[in-house]
Amino acid sequence: MTANQKITLAKGLNMGLRKAMEDDDKVLLMGEDVGKLGGVFRITDGLQKDFGEDRVIDSPLAESGIVGTAVGMALRGYRPVVEIQFDGFVYPAYDQIVCQVAKYTYRSQGKVKMPIVIRIPFGGGIGAVEHHSESPEAQFAHTPGLKVVACSNPVDGYWMIQQAIAHDDPVIFLEPKRQYHADKAELDESATPEPLFTSRVVRAGTDATVLAYGPTVKTALKCAEAAASEGRNLEVIDLRTLSPLDMAPVYESVRRTGRCVVTHEAHVNLGMGAELAARVTEECFYSLEAPVLRVGAFDTPYPPSRIEEEYLPDLDRVLDAVDRTFAF
Amino acid sequence: MSEHGSFGPDLAEVFGPSHADGGPDLVQLLTPEGERVHHPEFDHDFSAEELRGLYRDMVLTRRIDVEATALQRHGELGIWAQLLGQEAAQIGAGRALRPQDYVFPTYREHGVAYCKGVDPLRLLGLFRGVDQGGWDPAENNFGLYTIVIGAQTLHATGYAMGMQRDGVVGTGDPERDSAVIAHFGDGASSQGDVNEAFIFAASYNAPVVFFCQNNQWAISEPIERQTRIPLHKRALGFGFPGIRVDGNDVLATYAVTKAALQRAREGNGPSFVEAYTYRMGAHTTTDDPTRYRLNDELEHWKLKDPIERLKVYLRRNGLVDQEFFDDLDVEAKELGHHLREGCKALPDPKPLDQFGYVFSEMTDEIAAQRDEFAAYLASFEGSTTGGGH
Repeated sequence: MTANQKITLAKGLNMGLRKAMEDDDKVLLMGEDVGKLGGVFRITDGLQKDFGEDRVIDSPLAESGIVGTAVGMALRGYRPVVEIQFDGFVYPAYDQIVCQVAKYTYRSQGKVKMPIVIRIPFGGGIGAVEHHSESPEAQFAHTPGLKVVACSNPVDGYWMIQQAIAHDDPVIFLEPKRQYHADKAELDESATPEPLFTSRVVRAGTDATVLAYGPTVKTALKCAEAAASEGRNLEVIDLRTLSPLDMAPVYESVRRTGRCVVTHEAHVNLGMGAELAARVTEECFYSLEAPVLRVGAFDTPYPPSRIEEEYLPDLDRVLDAVDRTFAF
Repeated sequence: MSEHGSFGPDLAEVFGPSHADGGPDLVQLLTPEGERVHHPEFDHDFSAEELRGLYRDMVLTRRIDVEATALQRHGELGIWAQLLGQEAAQIGAGRALRPQDYVFPTYREHGVAYCKGVDPLRLLGLFRGVDQGGWDPAENNFGLYTIVIGAQTLHATGYAMGMQRDGVVGTGDPERDSAVIAHFGDGASSQGDVNEAFIFAASYNAPVVFFCQNNQWAISEPIERQTRIPLHKRALGFGFPGIRVDGNDVLATYAVTKAALQRAREGNGPSFVEAYTYRMGAHTTTDDPTRYRLNDELEHWKLKDPIERLKVYLRRNGLVDQEFFDDLDVEAKELGHHLREGCKALPDPKPLDQFGYVFSEMTDEIAAQRDEFAAYLASFEGSTTGGGH
């Protein structure tokens, strides 16, 4: 037994992919630059060298082609894991994802399974040019037939990617690219992971519930620390799964705290926060002391990166929303 | 020097003038008049049994189409995509397949489905609205009908890449070596997905035959709206060969497709077959071709009917007797009866069936919606005023 390693999210995903490929030789990786280069973020680093070009496939630069051929591979009994290089590049594949990947099982009345994982580095904060910092999760969560998850930390990255690959339905797997090479965490490979489609309370609290996923989990935790210094005890839930949603821990929390703030990097209008607010209102109506508030990006296209920190939800804007829930 | 100046050659000079009847590249083994001709590269020594079989297949395929069209007229189907005139293209391609080969169809490949052993009744469910594809693709190696134009060409390419990884390409074992055929039409040739499929297939040397039935019309849009050069010549630009075959000639279509599939099975990569044919019917039963094309054109193509020319050949060469036609007539009538009675007996899905199969296992979210809807429906039980089913 080797000692627990301290790993980054990038490393966790890389190790998880490697483990999944070792466990099942039907697992294939495909995408732009995923082979020799190891991906532009190095998530697939070293995998082609060890598993060969037949299993780690550098694709032509065509996203619809990547996802469309993955459908064919799945029909042949493979479990393709495709990388979309950046969130804003997923749209050429949108038709294949929404009309084929999401619907094949339903169309075939369950005779055909689509065990495809579509990995998308998402979110901003890396000073990139246009189309490299987007948060398209609601577009996929809105589509029946797709499952959508977002990891927020290295340990979840390691487990969740393996669970997504082993799952028989298509999974849109969102990775907060800003976190790839940021914080390290200790990985215990012998641990038993939580099931994939579950949310988790990552900080227990009593005064208000903050819902977050992907890159905003870190923001929410910082916010809770700051609030604690002001005497407010926030509960933070890492949603982890966006479709299906795991609402039980959310309802349990909000019924206790009476206040709920949702934060994500995606636009507020018709974003995940809208659905969460609707569900919480329906189920926790008599426990709520204030309306559910949403803190996300403005309903504008992603701005030039020099002002992206003014666009993305940050500690102060989430804290401000928490304050406002106490003003009702 | 053309008006294009020094910027490359005049394409009309390179590709030659447009030919309404397919031009000099058209591979043909049986003329519209039923005369057997030979081709230096693509030929096949057809036995009398094979020829009678191909004729039978085309007659039965046309019967499927005629019956389904009638069922739509009688309100039993919501819509039907007719294949009238394309029987030779589909039977030629369908009979060139081996059991281990896999087909990715559009929504019009009724003849190919028949060749692959799919009960034609199963095809009607989608058009009746009782299912969205009632057969198991793995059972006959025949994929589900794909309605988004061209999307299946990428699935075909990915499937072929899977075959490469399974080691069933280029082994030299005819029972093992496999290929994929991707069906699509002239309209689909403009889709990005089809062009991406060409690129992926070429890049990975995938064992896939791109089989385009150029039936001259994409609903109301003529082939000239999709391409300025003969379609099969596009293949070269993607890095694999393209052949134009007389799609109303079942012998030529069979011979060319067989060669293309064999090339793929042997590990020599993709190819493009343009079956030059004509959609004698409407795009679907909701379409009215008299709004956009001249009757003269239809009359011209009627003279090239795929079934008639083989009938003439079989008769002229004494390969059939009256008993053959009588037996086939009985068989076609039985098939018609099977489709008519079977179609009317297809059960409607139940209201709660819509919740099934969104995923491999029902999620709690969908189960909750189903239960809520079931309770809502149950609340009308015993009532005569609403929600009745």
